[in-house]
Amino acid sequence: METILFTVLAIVSILAALLVVTSPSPVSSALYLVVTLFCLAGFYVLLAAPFVAAIQIMVYAGAVVVLILFVIMLLNLQQIEEKLPVGWRIAGLTIAGLTLLIFFMMIMKGTSLLPPLVDLPESFGTTKQIGTLLFSKYLYAFEVISILLLLAMIGAVAIIRKPTSEGEIDAD
Amino acid sequence: MQIELAHYLLLSAVLFGIGVMGVLTRKNLIVIMMSIELMLNAVNLTFIALARYSANIEGQVIVFFVLCIAAAEIAVGLAILIAIWRHRGMMSIDSLKQLKW
Repeated sequence: METILFTVLAIVSILAALLVVTSPSPVSSALYLVVTLFCLAGFYVLLAAPFVAAIQIMVYAGAVVVLILFVIMLLNLQQIEEKLPVGWRIAGLTIAGLTLLIFFMMIMKGTSLLPPLVDLPESFGTTKQIGTLLFSKYLYAFEVISILLLLAMIGAVAIIRKPTSEGEIDAD
Repeated sequence: MQIELAHYLLLSAVLFGIGVMGVLTRKNLIVIMMSIELMLNAVNLTFIALARYSANIEGQVIVFFVLCIAAAEIAVGLAILIAIWRHRGMMSIDSLKQLKW
């Protein structure tokens, strides 16, 4: 059962990811991105991480993709994207292929070192366990992250603010 | 067939490679940002898989933080894209070549 689910999710996620980077229209790219992100949430459920799966769907499929679609529609991207010169595209594909090859070689070389499947305790990956860790060992990081999110929010608003007619940023 | 850790690692390597391909072969800035999200997600999958197979919950906590960083990144990134659109009227990497040489 797990094997079938893994295979199906893997095939769908790789196909959708390929469509994200190849489809000509950014709107369909964004929709294929949703498919990939949902597949990844499925993997998280298979890997005993239901909390992270829920967060993934809420934050990524819910917020990030909606934000991307919102920007695409706000800017009304009608113009057709011109392609990079063929030389650059071949160079890019070569670099991507080499990255993949290096990862494959690293994984193949290290297969014997990888831990086998172990039985997990009942509470593994529950919200309670993650919450306990977040508010004890990782409390400092948690607070820093919350400040970072606040800064990102203020930064985003400050960046998109319209300049005044004199071409200066309104100071008040 | 038992699903091993290596399968998950190979899968996330493939997803990461696809993301690299998107960043290096497309001109549309929004598609480039989506490819970066794809790469971030591939790394998240690695973290979760390693957390599962080494029975260590801390990998999942790290993924939580990575998700926060990704949300902040996409918010600021899209704001910059809108600012570029206002200035140059295009959404292509050609609009960002002042610092090229």
